[in-house]
Amino acid sequence: MTRLRGVLVALVLLVTAALLVPAQAPVRAQATKGKIKIATQSPLSGGQAVLGEGIKNGAQLAIEQLGGPIKRLGFDLELVPFDDQAKPDVGVANAKNLVTDPDILLVIGHLNSGVAIPSSEVYKDSMLAMISPANTNPKITDRKYKNVFRVVGRDDVQGVVGAEFAAKEMKVKTVYIIHDKTAYGQGVAEFFRDHAPKVGMRVVGFEGTEEQANFDPIITPILARRPDLVYFGGIYNQAGVFFKQARAKGLKARFLGPDGMDSSDLAKVAGQAIVGMHYTTVAGPVSVYPRAAKFAQDYKAKFGKDPEPFAAQAYDATAIGLKAIENAIKAAGGKKPTREQVTNEIHKIKGFRGLTDTFTFDAKGDPVPATYFVINIVSGDPAKWGQNKLVKTLRINPPGAGM
Amino acid sequence: MPVGGADRVEWDILLRILPTVVVDGFVLGFVYAMIALGYTMVYGVLQMINFAHSEIFVMGAFVGAETLLILQASGLLTVLHPLALLAVVLVLAMAGSGLLAVAVERVAYRPLRGAPRLIPLISAIGVSFFLQDAIRLFESLWRNAFFLTYPTIDLFDRRIPLVGEVEISVKSLLIIVASLLMLVVLTLFVNRTKLGMAIRAVAEDQPTAGLMGVNVGRIISLTFLIGGAMGGAAGALFGVQFGTINPYSGFIPGLKAFTAAVLGGIGNVPGAMVGGLVLGMLEAFAASYMSLLTGGAFGAEYKDIFAFSVLIVILMFRPQGLLGEVVREKL
Amino acid sequence: MRNSNVRALALALYIAGTTALVASVPRSLPAFLLFLASVFLLYHLALPAWFRAAGLAVVLGVLMPYVGIRNAFYLEVATQVGIFVALALGLNIVVGLAGLLDLGYVAFYAVGAYSWAIIGSPQALKIWPEATHLLPLGGWWFFVFLAVAVVLAAITGVLLGLPVLRVRGDYLAIVTLGFGEVVRVLANNLDKPINITNGPIGITPIGRPPLFFAPVVEGLGLPATPVVLYPLYFYFMVLVVVALVIVVTQRLKDSHIGRAWEAIREDEAAAVAMGVPLVRTKLLAFAAGASFAGAMGVIFAGKQLFINPESFTFMESIGVLAMVILGGMGSIPGAILGASVVTILNLQVLKQLSLTLNAWRQAGVEILGFNLAHLPTQLEPAKYERMAFGVILVLMMIFRREGILPSARRRLELEEARQLAREEALVGGGQ
Repeated sequence: MTRLRGVLVALVLLVTAALLVPAQAPVRAQATKGKIKIATQSPLSGGQAVLGEGIKNGAQLAIEQLGGPIKRLGFDLELVPFDDQAKPDVGVANAKNLVTDPDILLVIGHLNSGVAIPSSEVYKDSMLAMISPANTNPKITDRKYKNVFRVVGRDDVQGVVGAEFAAKEMKVKTVYIIHDKTAYGQGVAEFFRDHAPKVGMRVVGFEGTEEQANFDPIITPILARRPDLVYFGGIYNQAGVFFKQARAKGLKARFLGPDGMDSSDLAKVAGQAIVGMHYTTVAGPVSVYPRAAKFAQDYKAKFGKDPEPFAAQAYDATAIGLKAIENAIKAAGGKKPTREQVTNEIHKIKGFRGLTDTFTFDAKGDPVPATYFVINIVSGDPAKWGQNKLVKTLRINPPGAGM
Repeated sequence: MPVGGADRVEWDILLRILPTVVVDGFVLGFVYAMIALGYTMVYGVLQMINFAHSEIFVMGAFVGAETLLILQASGLLTVLHPLALLAVVLVLAMAGSGLLAVAVERVAYRPLRGAPRLIPLISAIGVSFFLQDAIRLFESLWRNAFFLTYPTIDLFDRRIPLVGEVEISVKSLLIIVASLLMLVVLTLFVNRTKLGMAIRAVAEDQPTAGLMGVNVGRIISLTFLIGGAMGGAAGALFGVQFGTINPYSGFIPGLKAFTAAVLGGIGNVPGAMVGGLVLGMLEAFAASYMSLLTGGAFGAEYKDIFAFSVLIVILMFRPQGLLGEVVREKL
Repeated sequence: MRNSNVRALALALYIAGTTALVASVPRSLPAFLLFLASVFLLYHLALPAWFRAAGLAVVLGVLMPYVGIRNAFYLEVATQVGIFVALALGLNIVVGLAGLLDLGYVAFYAVGAYSWAIIGSPQALKIWPEATHLLPLGGWWFFVFLAVAVVLAAITGVLLGLPVLRVRGDYLAIVTLGFGEVVRVLANNLDKPINITNGPIGITPIGRPPLFFAPVVEGLGLPATPVVLYPLYFYFMVLVVVALVIVVTQRLKDSHIGRAWEAIREDEAAAVAMGVPLVRTKLLAFAAGASFAGAMGVIFAGKQLFINPESFTFMESIGVLAMVILGGMGSIPGAILGASVVTILNLQVLKQLSLTLNAWRQAGVEILGFNLAHLPTQLEPAKYERMAFGVILVLMMIFRREGILPSARRRLELEEARQLAREEALVGGGQ
């Protein structure tokens, strides 16, 4: 007992020691003009950590590869990854924490719209720029906060793109819609549902579920309704299980989904069940971007796996931010810029050539135009995910752009 | 808003899917029952909620997945007979989970013997947090991914027609057979063997059992070993049935199984089975019928509310659960 | 007497010193923790009563806001600590005093939060679209809703309590757990057929109470922007509510109701035999516990400006329960300390730890000859905060199961239980 107590005391001491040494410990005695930090906020633990980690890794790679100009201007550059656990409370608490660090000039994040919306309320108070690599919920930019940007399209457009494609190209007459009861999945599913009747499709079911493993009881009524198409508003890890079980149960309908389907893991989970299905996306696979080939290589070399969806977008978001910070430093005469200056510089960026697009933002912070893709899955083999066929590329301005 | 002409109840569809819903409910119910057996086993002996049982269950699922993935990588997956594969997977998963359960008991529960009931509960919650991330840590170092997918085995996916349009897959049958088998073996073991008698003695009165020469510590370890092994088997079968797992996928089934155990009367082995079946059936019916019956106003998302409401009502009238005995406890 | 005066002087110096420390290095966590320790010391040391009261008033009422202006995050931490202190005290009544294991406690918190969030935001118009002249209710109604939520949550508590009265122990635990889930799932799903809660998308922007004192602050020549004032405002609001909650809990505990609670916790049958009205006593425990959570829910909604069902999960209930037990069941100072420790651990210490390690990694710091830069990304410290919390919970239970600040009676009971277990182990012939 006493020995264990000793171990405990030692542990506590160790932790205290780690805390006492301030975070700015690096011993490199370098005469710099100060430190500039870029924070990421994404889930690093919990069920969505795969995607969240992709965002962090993308940002990290961008800082390592593109941080040169800022370092040459005399600043230390550092990444501060925060784990928002995909929970709004945690995201907000992190946000309140990171806004008090004056060195943080930019936030890359979040993954979940439900976390980004309340967290950006906090960033707004200090005009800290947030560039989202992944949030597609319209509300993110519709609040017209000056400091909130995203490098991807919006669900109100994506849902419509999906419905148009289903009606006109897939010639679908009836559709059954499933969503995952998150701000993202339900949001995009509702936009799809609202547009469906306008293009002549009948919605024969609209159902939300938090279920992760057993979809049998949900599939049974779908079977009975015999829809032409099943639209799944959600993320691949849940959708994959659903598709697999639906096919196994004898469902003949075709499948369609939003950008949440975009991961080779969908093939890993669902296998043959998803061959021939389509999905719309705001972030095409790395293979559709000619400029992203080297990124994919570097990513694999550094992190030992292929880039997750949104990793390239996080790289771009960080790249834009770095450029804006660089411009802001120059505008401030070589001094460390304020957050507001950085935010202003992001608005000024026009035609920035990133990996995934050439970016210009409208007043709300949406990219003009945003690109939407429709992709056809050709194989149930995750290794062949990269060979999926790009069926359609649409460049659409965000609603209300230019006003 | 009524969706797409569903503004009246469609009785034809309702009746047509009835047999399928019943089969779905049975399969789900047996999954819950298997996990519930582990909760009940430990509870029956120690009167303690082993909150970490859901992670022990996940451990089994991961051992199963790893076994199959390694066999797949070495090309043995197609060589071995599917049933032989299943046997290997089950044995390893049961061993892995059983040993983990014993270790957890040793480290986190045994030092708390004799403490008020809530103390081990909190400790168990801590263990549960720890294990989730420990599994994730291991898998991300080992495979650089912690969502694992079970390789598809064709035989298990085959569907056997029952009556008319109704079918059942081989893997669903396996779950039913396995859990019935577990129930029988466990009942026989507890009631007919000497060790089983020792377990019952410890459950009844620990100090007296000790005085009668029963090695209490070892019997408790044995209880955890058995409970854990059953959790492990359930985990592996869960993986085969539903295809994909992650370190956090034990939480919801664990919660449901726990509910099932309480519903049936916690500590009571057949009760766990009954509770699991009732809960599975309720869920299947709620998920399939809710939307049809309400014209789309309420849907499958209400299945948990439905299940928990029924639980509350049942416990109001039978506070000791369906098959439980009247107990008096204090915190 | 002299002794305590010396102590008071030393403590005053300590407080002054740590305040200066935090003011000079506003981003140093250890400085802040040392500063916070002064609150604990004020409680723990034997001090003259006047000094204790004055000290608490100065530290919490003056120095904390001052520190919070230097680093706004500290104010956020303090406010969250306050919210969880109130929750822990509420749950402490149900679990610690009355001995009713409640695993769905955040349901009441959700009831409070949603009651104000719906009425105090444009969400209200989705339920009654024609009431544009009335809704959403203005900021002053916030205070009315503090009271409304107390009543609403108390009613919910009674509603839960009524059917549950017959079930005991673990059955009660599972029923309350189910109840908590029902409330969360309802919040997640009641966006159709009528949109009441806006489902998973959540409600925003939620109304905040008016800054009626802003002109006064401006008159004093201080910056009076909402960005600065609201955190202070909510901090003080939480402080006042927590103080009220503490007084109420203390009074309840010492009243005949409190003794009735403890009686049914110890032995229900005996309590009934002694004439304790079982139904009323249990329902009172549920209602009292719930009402604190209801009030805090309103403040939480106002403070966050946004709520969605994610904030009211089962894990949240478990978190509050862990606070009560870590602090020491049934003990008021214990619940306060437990809530503070867990909240600060989660919000600050574990975060800071992982950020520090991460900074070391990026800078390539070496420990025992191992360059941290080579640490694989899978070992990113930020990912293992929950794991660390789990380990702490287990260690705590093994080494100090009575909690950090147990109530005197509880400590004795546990000592007895331990003694008994030791004897049993001897009798049982070892293991």
